[in-house]
Parts: sequence; structure tokens; C-alpha cells
Amino acid sequence: MTTSGIIEIILFTLLVVAMADPIGAGLTHVLEGKRTTLVERAFYRLAGVRPENEQDWVRYGASMLLFSLVGALSMYALERLQGLLPLNPQGFPAVPPTLALNTAVSFLTNTNWQAYSGESTMSYLTQMLALAVHNFLSAATGIALAVALIRGFSRQSSRTIGNFWVDMTRCTLYLLLPASFLIALFLIWQGVPQTLGAYVDATTLEGAKQTIAVGPVASQEAIKMLGTNGGGFFNANSAHPFENPTPLSNFVEMLCIFSLGAGLTGAFGRMVGDRRQGWAILGVMTVLFLAGLAVVYPVESASNPSFTGLNVDQSAGNMEGKEVRFGMADSALFTTATTDASCGAVNTMHDSLMPLSGMVPLINMMLGEIIFGGVGSGLYGMLLFAIIAVFVAGLMVGRTPEYIGKKIEAREVKMAMLAILILPFSMLGFTAIAAVSKAGLAGIANQGPHGFSEILYAYVSSTANNGSAFAGLSANTDFYNLTTAAAMFMGRFFFIVPMLAVAGSLAAKKAVPPSPGTFPTNGALFAALLTGVILIVGGLTFFPALAVGPIVEHLSMQAGTHF
Amino acid sequence: MLRELRPAFILIVLMSVLTGLIYPLAVLGVGRVIFPGRASGSLVQQDGKIIGSSLIGQAFTSDRYFHGRVSAITSTDAQNNATPDPYDATSSSGSNLGPTSQALLDRVAADVARMKVDNNAAVPVDLVTSSASGLDPDISPEAAAFQVGRVAKARGLDPAQVTGLVNRSVRGRVLGILGEPRVNVLALNRELDTIR
Repeated sequence: MTTSGIIEIILFTLLVVAMADPIGAGLTHVLEGKRTTLVERAFYRLAGVRPENEQDWVRYGASMLLFSLVGALSMYALERLQGLLPLNPQGFPAVPPTLALNTAVSFLTNTNWQAYSGESTMSYLTQMLALAVHNFLSAATGIALAVALIRGFSRQSSRTIGNFWVDMTRCTLYLLLPASFLIALFLIWQGVPQTLGAYVDATTLEGAKQTIAVGPVASQEAIKMLGTNGGGFFNANSAHPFENPTPLSNFVEMLCIFSLGAGLTGAFGRMVGDRRQGWAILGVMTVLFLAGLAVVYPVESASNPSFTGLNVDQSAGNMEGKEVRFGMADSALFTTATTDASCGAVNTMHDSLMPLSGMVPLINMMLGEIIFGGVGSGLYGMLLFAIIAVFVAGLMVGRTPEYIGKKIEAREVKMAMLAILILPFSMLGFTAIAAVSKAGLAGIANQGPHGFSEILYAYVSSTANNGSAFAGLSANTDFYNLTTAAAMFMGRFFFIVPMLAVAGSLAAKKAVPPSPGTFPTNGALFAALLTGVILIVGGLTFFPALAVGPIVEHLSMQAGTHF
Repeated sequence: MLRELRPAFILIVLMSVLTGLIYPLAVLGVGRVIFPGRASGSLVQQDGKIIGSSLIGQAFTSDRYFHGRVSAITSTDAQNNATPDPYDATSSSGSNLGPTSQALLDRVAADVARMKVDNNAAVPVDLVTSSASGLDPDISPEAAAFQVGRVAKARGLDPAQVTGLVNRSVRGRVLGILGEPRVNVLALNRELDTIR
């Protein structure tokens, strides 16, 4: 660890916390504001949307599901037809069916799991018109859903929770698009290409041929980070010098990962009329983020005991799968942030992390991507945990729990638990199937416990809609394409439906005025309780799986065993 | 339910045109005007020919040049066998070998043994580990210093002169805080070629 590394981490954390309130103010303005533009009104007129007509939770959910279905079909069609379409200078053929399906579900669900490598599979048109579009739309959908849940708390005796079409459209037009435009220009300044020209042929200094893949990278990179999508233009993602050329581009990309997740806690506080409620949530997120980083940074900075006895100077840390310009601090920060949020972009190859620091991304994702989390999904996931936390507190004192002035009753708790239980069901269920099936085991690259970790990581990442990978796993097979697609779908939509049911049922309730017996949820005591509930409910389920993977690998490494 | 089908279809089309065509083309237009060289990939020309990109590493094997990091990129041949294809810039990839992998240990041991011929000192770790992208354009200043003796000997230069060149090529941390000090291998080697 270095002094500059620690200063960078402190600076990063302070900036994230400082961004939460101003971005929250902007989000509130966009989503609750009434001012419109010509473009917005024209969109509604063409689409037949009446913005003043609000929807109940069932209709809101149905709109979101239909929109997603049409989006998935359009992506699938573009991938399958790319050979016939323009902007394909390398002449890539149609994406094979199961891979196209997997990729469509992946970008639809804001996962951006990549069983393909971009620069050798996808045409420029597919990257722009299929993948980048859904980077925007899946992020806007996530924010819309989070705001719907916030309205459940902020409204009283209301049948409706907003209009999905309006929330999604405003979020894209006024927030994601202008912000991405500025970030894209910044990235070009740092060296990220934006061109529609064909790959470049070069003759190297030693006279060899080198073909260099380029493309419309900057526009996609910006929304990839801001929307916590994480699907790289290139196979190596944000480790590729064209996606992330400098330590400064890296710093800004990391800030993008957390910006909207942090901002939504600010929007939450504002919309429910008590900003301290937002700060309490932000506090829990920050503590859990720093806890993960406190493992990854020192463990990666230490040497790999397997190399002792070889004449290697390991003072720079575990450099396998890392880039020199980033080193340990940038790599540890990025790894922790990208798995806290459901981003899944990587600037370091997670498969080559030391066993214990590879366990941190796994845990971050197992907790349900609520540490800042995916845009929108982080906040709504965290609020479901908050409901469980006040329920647990209510059980201790034998009193009906309340959260943000709403009585939390059997229906809300059941729905919250239903959503949360989808995660272990899919993560562990699919891992178990893959670990005993021939097709599952065929994908393993590393032997021993690390091979099991590769399988576990795949289903944890896809269910949590993260999208990063222990990328040694050969994931582009029918078995993995279909099973990870199913995991991504369940992790997104089986979580959202019960969550929207909670939103609808809360919105219909009257607010109860706080009484002396009300447990305050805007202070440190609640934050500590919430952290505990997250770690116990979210984490303990997975301990046996972690013991078989990274923990056994760590102990083997200490004992000098190789596989 | 069916009443929501129209907005679903129309908004997908409108949003696709806006965020999938207008947005990237606007970025392209503005980017090309403000930063023309960078928007097209930071290409490096020498005598009117493209010799690479300043951001993308390339394979150096001659003793006369500084070498970059291990690149684990492979390509598949006609028989579907993976063959090493270091610094193939159409196929970025890391090794994805875990820390307890015997294959990783064997590869590092072989590289250390090979480098021992030129320099008996401890090898800086970034020289024997594969980069995340397989295209890392940089090495650490220590990794450059480690190779000075070999390069100076192959070129018949004074090692002090080559060391001076290396020291001038080091780029520090951004704002003194972000990232790590680094040496761009292609830029260093081009400087080297200008010494007569």
C-alpha cells in the first residue's frame, strides 16, 4: 500500500459522499418536476402516452415488462441480422442464437454479462443501436423503479405510484443523455477513440503486422459507467487502454459507477421529506464499501506466496491480470466499486485476484448489489433490507414496525423476503447444477477450488445483475448461455415484481405520525442495525459456498499447494 | 395491458434513434473536431506509415528494444487450437490464471530463468506477469531500469546514456496521487532509435 493510494481512496470516498446531495437534488428535479420540452411532449404524442395519467403498481410493472420485452426482441433481431446491416466494417456474421439470446437478456437486465468478446463479434451498429441503447434504457428503467418505491413511502392513500413511460423518458432525456455526452467528450480527451472507421493496420517497430481494433467507444463507455451497466466495447473492458487510457479516466469512471447510486439516496431523503433518512442509507453503503476495500487493497498489495523462491521483486503487488498505469490502489478501488454497484466493468482480471480479495467481489454481489448498487436497483434493494431491519427491530420490542411513517405489515415483509430469497435460490441453485453436470464442469479454466469459484462467480454475478466474471470460465456454450440468461432474468424481474407490490401497498397506506415508541430510522443506531441485518440475512446463507471456494483456496495457498 | 403496447414499441424506436444513432454521431462529430488524433485511436506515424497506437502495447522481442509485459492473448487456428498471439489488438484478454495455478507458476519460473542471462537481479513483478488487457502499453520504471544493461549492450551504447533516456521517459502519477509511475514502451523505443 502507498500513501498516494490511501490519499486517492480518501479523496474518492469524500467525493462520492459530497455528490450524493447535489445529484439527489437533480434527480428529484427531473423526476418530480413539471417542466417539459418540445422533444418530451413530441415523444408522448407519438407514443400515445398521456403523462398526467398515473398508473397503479400492476400497470406500472406491466408497462416496464412490455417495454423490456420489446427491447429484448429488438436487440436479438439486430444481433442476428448484423451481417446484413450497415456499419460493419469487419464483416462480422450474425451472432449465434444462444449467444444472441444471452446478450439480449444481459443488456436488458442491466447485467452486461459478456459471453462474447466485443471486438471480434459485434458490428459497430450492434454496439451502438442494440447494446448502447439498452445501457441507457435499462438504467432509466432502474431509476424509474426506485422512484416508484420512494413514492410508495412519500404518498398517502394513493392508488398510483407514477407513470412508467414518463419516469423512463424524463430520466433518459434530462439526466442520462446530457451527462453521458459530457463524459464521452472527457473520455475522448483522455484517449478513448470515437470513430466509425475500420480497424487500423500498423507495421510495428520490429516490422510485424498489428491490427488495432477501434470503434465508437467513447459514447458507449460513458453510459456504460454512468448507468452501472459495465458491458465493455472490448473484451478486456475497462482494462483495455482504449476504454480506460489513464489514471484520470479511471478515477472519473469509478466516480460514475457510484454517482447515481449515491445520488438516489439523496433523492430518497428529499422526496420523503427527511434528508437524514437518505444520509443513514448512504452511511450504511459507505461503511460496507470501505469494509470490502480494506480487504482487497492490502491483500492485493502483498506478494503471492507461490512466487517465493523465484527471483521476483514483488513489491508492486499481485500484478497478474493488472495494468501498470493502475497498480494496486486503482485496481482495488475499481474492483470493490464495480461489484458494490452492479456495474461489472473491470480494470483488472478478477480471476487472477488473490483468494481473499476475490472473495470480496463475491460477497458484495451476494448481498444483492445494494452497496450503492445498480442505478435504481441499489436503492430499491437496500430499502427492502430496511423493511426487514425495522421488522426485526419490531419483533424485539413486540411492536408493529414503521418505516418513513408507514406501518410495515405482513404483506410488505413477505414481499421483501420473497424478493431477497430469489438471490440465493438462483445463485446457489444454478451453481449446484453446474458443479455436478458435465457441461458445467467443462467450462472451468483453473483447477482445484479456484475452478469452483469460477462457476460460483458466474451465477452470483449473473443473478445479481453485475456482469463481471472470473473470465477464465468458458461461458460461451449453450449450457452457460442459457443458464446465466435464466439467472439474469430471475435476478432482475423476480426481484422487481414483489418490490413493486411493496411500493403499491405502501402508497395505499396512510402515514402514521411518529410517536415516542417509533424507532428512529435516520440515525446511527438504525444504520448499525441495517448493516447487521444485511450481513446476516444476505451474507450468512452463502458462507458454505465461500468456504468451498476462496477460503479453501487461501488455505491451500498458505500451505504451498498448487493446482 | 395491450394499451401499453403502443408506447412500448414507439418509445423503443424513438429512444433507439436518439441514444443509438444521434447521440454517438454527435459525440463523434464534436470529438473529431476537438480531439481529432485521439478520436481515431492515438495512432503513431513514422515516415508516413502507421507504426501503432501510443495507447496500445506491441510485441518487442529483439534485445535492441525494451520489452513490454507478458501478453496472454491467444488466437485460434484452423484446427481450433489456441496458439499464443501476444499483443493481438483485435483480441484483448488477460491470462485469467488464479494465484494458485501451477501453469502461472511454471510460466513465471520460465521467464525468470530466461531473464537471468541478461540480469541477475530480482525481476520486477510486472515484467513476468501478464497484463489485464494483454495490450498494456506501459512498464514500471523499475522494469525499464532492469533492461537497461541488455539494451545498451545490444546497441553498443553507454548504459548511463540509456538510463538517462529511461529516466526522462517516466510519467509520474496524475496530480501526484492517481495511478502509478510508468514508462510507455513504444515511446521509449522510438526515442532509443533516434540515438545514433
